[in-house]
Amino acid sequence: MSAKLEYGSGEIRVRFTGEIDHHAASLLRVSIDSAIAQQRPKTLILDFGGVTFMDSSGIGLVMGRYKQMQQIGGVIRVENLSPGAYKVMRLAGLDRLGELRQREVS
Amino acid sequence: MKKLNEMKLTIESRSVNEGFSRAAVAAFAALLDPTVEELSDIKTAVSEAVTNAIVHGYREGKGPVFLTATLTDKPSVRIRVRDKGVGIADIKQARQPLFSTMAGERAGLGFAVMESFMDSVRVRSKPGMGTTVTLEKTIGGKADAT
Repeated sequence: MSAKLEYGSGEIRVRFTGEIDHHAASLLRVSIDSAIAQQRPKTLILDFGGVTFMDSSGIGLVMGRYKQMQQIGGVIRVENLSPGAYKVMRLAGLDRLGELRQREVS
Repeated sequence: MKKLNEMKLTIESRSVNEGFSRAAVAAFAALLDPTVEELSDIKTAVSEAVTNAIVHGYREGKGPVFLTATLTDKPSVRIRVRDKGVGIADIKQARQPLFSTMAGERAGLGFAVMESFMDSVRVRSKPGMGTTVTLEKTIGGKADAT
């Protein structure tokens, strides 16, 4: 699992690759939260395009980052979700916290 | 329902072993020739159960997590995940979606995910006596039903 952070104007995009579980999430949230604290972006984009596996830790990861962004008055957007991850995130009500976008099917 | 094959695996309660244990169980379950979706469901449910044992059972301290995977001629896979951790006082409450003793980073959806991805989820636990979660899933059930 890795996360690449890209900085745009007023936004941070986090590109995840690999498997998101409790082990990975506890490492990832540290680097994302320090970037939020330093850059104070208006939008945090969590890009799941390269994610090959996700359990409920992925939901916890999104919920926790939503709370961080809420504190600085920003929003989150979750992009490139697999159909399975999209379904689980909607069931968990994450669509009430920010916009959820599925992967484009070619 | 006859037992066809079985494997046992003991891991230390380190979060880095979550990936190993779900991959090992999935590789064993693959002997029943499940679909990609069935295999992904099994991996996710095992990941939830093992994470619960590490995070809640042992409170991120040390201890063994015992996994047993049994393949039957149904065909089905039965996975038992057992820890010798703190145990659960109120199992009904623990299984409620969004309930978590660790607010913030844990979504409280572990059991909800196990229930939606497996055919049955049984929990046996007593405070101080550890917890055993038994997951069961029929393989190729959808194909047979049509």
